[in-house]
Amino acid sequence: MSVLAPEKPKKIQESLLSRTGAMLIMAVCTVYFLTPIWWLFVGASKSSDQFTSTNPLWFADFNLFANIGDLFAYRDGVFLRWMLNSVLYTGGAALIGTLLAAMCGYALAKYRFHGRELIFNVVLSGVLVPATALALPLFLLFSKVDATNTFWSVFLPSLVNPFGVYLARIYATASVPDDLLEAARIDGSGEIRTFFKVSTRLMTPALITIFLFHFVAVWNNFLLPLIMLGDERLFPVTLGLYSWNTQVNQIPELRGLVIIGALLSITPLVVAFLFLQRFWRNGLGAGAVK
Amino acid sequence: MTQTMTTVDVPEGTEARTKRARAVRYGRAVPFFVVPFGVLFLLFYVLPIGYAIVQSLYTVERSGTFGPAREVFGGLVQYQRVFENGPFWSSIGRVLLFGVVQVPVMLGLALLLALLLDSGLVKGRRFFRLAFFVPYAIPGVIAAIMWGFLYSPNLSPLKPITSAVDFLSAGFVLWAMANVVTWVYVGYNMLIIYSSLLAIPAEVYEAARIDGAGPVRIAWSIKIPLVMPAIVLTTVFSIIGTLQLLAEPQVFRSFSSAVSSTYTPNLTVYSTSSIPNFNLAAAFSVVLALATFVLSFAFLKFTQRRGVQ
Repeated sequence: MSVLAPEKPKKIQESLLSRTGAMLIMAVCTVYFLTPIWWLFVGASKSSDQFTSTNPLWFADFNLFANIGDLFAYRDGVFLRWMLNSVLYTGGAALIGTLLAAMCGYALAKYRFHGRELIFNVVLSGVLVPATALALPLFLLFSKVDATNTFWSVFLPSLVNPFGVYLARIYATASVPDDLLEAARIDGSGEIRTFFKVSTRLMTPALITIFLFHFVAVWNNFLLPLIMLGDERLFPVTLGLYSWNTQVNQIPELRGLVIIGALLSITPLVVAFLFLQRFWRNGLGAGAVK
Repeated sequence: MTQTMTTVDVPEGTEARTKRARAVRYGRAVPFFVVPFGVLFLLFYVLPIGYAIVQSLYTVERSGTFGPAREVFGGLVQYQRVFENGPFWSSIGRVLLFGVVQVPVMLGLALLLALLLDSGLVKGRRFFRLAFFVPYAIPGVIAAIMWGFLYSPNLSPLKPITSAVDFLSAGFVLWAMANVVTWVYVGYNMLIIYSSLLAIPAEVYEAARIDGAGPVRIAWSIKIPLVMPAIVLTTVFSIIGTLQLLAEPQVFRSFSSAVSSTYTPNLTVYSTSSIPNFNLAAAFSVVLALATFVLSFAFLKFTQRRGVQ
């Protein structure tokens, strides 16, 4: 601790020891968390011969761009199609889903109406229902209306995020003062207009947090697309890479493509995470304290 | 949850009138805000749950061996099959074993790292926070593919280890997957705990420090009890996640023959529905969802009774 009494040498020694111990733990953990990513980057930069014959944790000839070219050219660029699908499924669903969750949570926080607590409790128990339990019945329902194996069969169910409503209610309570809403009313602003012009601005950090949560949930949902989709051109990138990985034993050239594809598929998200990290921290704090 | 409307001090009559006026004014706003989410929630959450329950009560009957199949009401026949299904229950046992070991290890590590970040002993906090959090950006499928390569004896940079121990053998593969899940989620859980540590005002420690409590003592007696709600939250999410294990074992099936098609409950649901036996698969889903709900709910109640929250 920074406020240790400097006149006691024993204490200084102790503090040096605990500092060193702490840094050692941090260093070991850094190696554990970052080595696989480093390995992936190095592996993606190698030709397939060198991938097996050279040190897995250090570069050989730098072949990354040629590899990316091969990946994009493979089967008429199906990989790019997957990336685009992922952006549409995940980005689209998270964007619209966040707005819907924010509206609902905001109403639950700011208005008193019949059935408010009931709605909140039903939505809250929705948080405890695992998304994977829904995948199979959703498939059966979509097949009733002949809509499996379509974009919408994955997109529409991904819009619903009960946890987002829960968070939105907490954030709206905390960040939108009632006096301000009252003032907007006196100025003659309608409730809906006030929400979009005033409240959403106050809730922006919270909305980004909800968006991130939703984004990761959809991005990680594997069972729904696995069950719903048969047409490879509709796959999100995770399902696409999974399907290549299952064929590696029959088609060995796919191994290299899986590794480069894995690297490319995680890069945008890792970058976005690093930039948006403070929103995680703030938002998670509010969510956890309640 | 507390009521959030604040009422301004106004004379009796006025308040009643403004309340009525408000009710009229909010009349259209509330449905506008609630209905879009509500409709989707009903269609894609409530309806599927109801439909799964209905489906699980039906069974397929054939008149004669080659006769046409038709669905008839079977009562709890599917549930009887679920309870007699040995592989399903051993898959439940497997994920419970997984959870009993992996969840404490993961959360213990997350708590330790959060406390170290918060202790002032560590330089470069920002870097470490980011470094530990990065794996959370990697979807389970991709993480499992990466680690699958790292475990495989020929390609791994850990060759000295992987040639001595076969991580993909029947005895080890469960823990190999536990490592993948731990790798992805430690940073996320650490961040949840760390952010509630940051929310503790510094004055709380002052008294303890004046009394001569060291950093370890402060962490143990003050910080950990205060962040208990965050730890409870992460535990519940981890329990839910463990029972739902799917992506990791599904991917590992390409790397290891030790992972069967009924290795985890969700794999059982998936492989039963691809037979296809939708009724039985629906019954598996219902039982699994109930088990998850009961376990996480029981854990919440248990910790509440212990006075944690």
